[in-house]
Amino acid sequence: MSALLEVEGLTAGYGAAAVLHDVSLSVRTKQIVAVLGANGAGKTTLLRALSGLLPAERGRVVFDGLDLRGVKVERMVRHGIAHVPEGRGVVTELTVDENLRLGSLWRKPRPSNDGIYELFPALARRRDHLGHQLSGGERQMLAIGRALAAEPRLLLLDEPSLGLAPKITAQIMALLRDLRDRTGLAVLLVEQNVRSALSVADEGLVLSLGRVVSRNDAATLAGDADLRHAYLGF
Amino acid sequence: MDRFLYLTFDGLSRGAIYAAFALALVLIWRAARIVNFAQGAMAVAAAYAGYSVTNATGSYWLGFITAVAGGLLLGAAVERVVMRFVDHSSPLNGVVVALGLVLIIQGVLGMIYGNEFRPAQAPFSRDAFQIGGVALLSRYDLFVFAAVGTVVALLTLLFTRTPTGLRMRAAAFAPDVSRLLGVPVGGMLTLGWALAAAVGSLAGMLVVPTELGLHPNAMDLLFISAFTAAVLGGLDSPVGAVVGGLVVGLLLAYVSGYLGATVAPMAVLILLVVVLLGRPDGLFSKAKARTA
Repeated sequence: MSALLEVEGLTAGYGAAAVLHDVSLSVRTKQIVAVLGANGAGKTTLLRALSGLLPAERGRVVFDGLDLRGVKVERMVRHGIAHVPEGRGVVTELTVDENLRLGSLWRKPRPSNDGIYELFPALARRRDHLGHQLSGGERQMLAIGRALAAEPRLLLLDEPSLGLAPKITAQIMALLRDLRDRTGLAVLLVEQNVRSALSVADEGLVLSLGRVVSRNDAATLAGDADLRHAYLGF
Repeated sequence: MDRFLYLTFDGLSRGAIYAAFALALVLIWRAARIVNFAQGAMAVAAAYAGYSVTNATGSYWLGFITAVAGGLLLGAAVERVVMRFVDHSSPLNGVVVALGLVLIIQGVLGMIYGNEFRPAQAPFSRDAFQIGGVALLSRYDLFVFAAVGTVVALLTLLFTRTPTGLRMRAAAFAPDVSRLLGVPVGGMLTLGWALAAAVGSLAGMLVVPTELGLHPNAMDLLFISAFTAAVLGGLDSPVGAVVGGLVVGLLLAYVSGYLGATVAPMAVLILLVVVLLGRPDGLFSKAKARTA
């Protein structure tokens, strides 16, 4: 089965300093791929390069047959790619409802937010609250819910567990698994929290200093003690 | 007492114009984090365009529409052609470029129209009605209130009730996140500049008949007064801009009425200094400055 997202030899960085070196990976429909690695390994940079926030220097990024080089950031979501950036990216000056509307504003006809509120009942109770009034967990739900409002085929998710209680992290991971199985959503999941990422992922790849040092199915990675000690720190 | 009432209404009428102009400054500040020091010169250019059309056609209203539409286009052009290419890592860069624009626009207008005052007609009488024996309001004052009130209402509707308004707010607060959600952030910025310049041009058209006439420097005092109003209101707050505009208008009216017209510009500057020293975030700003 051919991949939904195919990345070959991606090199990207800030100014003269490349952060990613020759990264290749692929994500299929109905698959969750975890991107693991220490702080500064280039995980966030990888997602930014994929969604176009950071221009790639070299390499090919192909999404469902479409070469993503030259596709503007603001067009990505129309092609089916949603990126939930690090730090949750909720627009704190807007209400919950406005944030969700923003996620699907380009769609015609624009769907109501009811589907997202069904998925996250906690958000429905706070729909008129401003983003900065929400708890960390609620903000993460809002950021993910807003991305899902665009009905993407590929979700780029950056550190969803950051600063969240384990119980809420588990809920989010369960939701990802459910969306994958029910809707065929593909997820590229960047995580520091290796255990929770591998609990939900089908495959994982380990980044170290901007290079892919290992690529394997999640169970194998979780069982590879040497790799864990060397790159993942547990 | 009669004099006080008269000055109060005069101040509110002036203040409404300052409010509109301050609103234009706030719109650009919110969209681009730039104080548009060229706003006055841009409004003068739009007013000259309107003046030419009025002279050619004999219709004040055609000139009025030309000025507002010209402001819209000029605002979009300034953003697209100039401001987009300014390095915004230091806030001073935008200020210096805006001041350069002022010199260019005023120089060009001076070459085309000459540096003399051109009398500008008012669409309505500026003679005040007698209300209870006191001359309080003219038809022109009513027109000013109606025009500014309409602008405030339309902008409120745009920003709170329409998808475009939501996009504009999101693009201003969180550009990268907005782009990821499919918002054309650059387009929203252009639109913000265009709208602001149109509102500024409208305020310029309203102020010209109350002054000596049209001149390349005609909006200098308007700019200073409105800038003070915007700072008083907190630069970030549209409500603050409107309230600030009315306060500055009243202050100017009372000072020129009781102390003499020559003191008025100084009073504005003193107020500006007091606000900047005492409450630099303005009276209406609630949130701290964004740091990220």
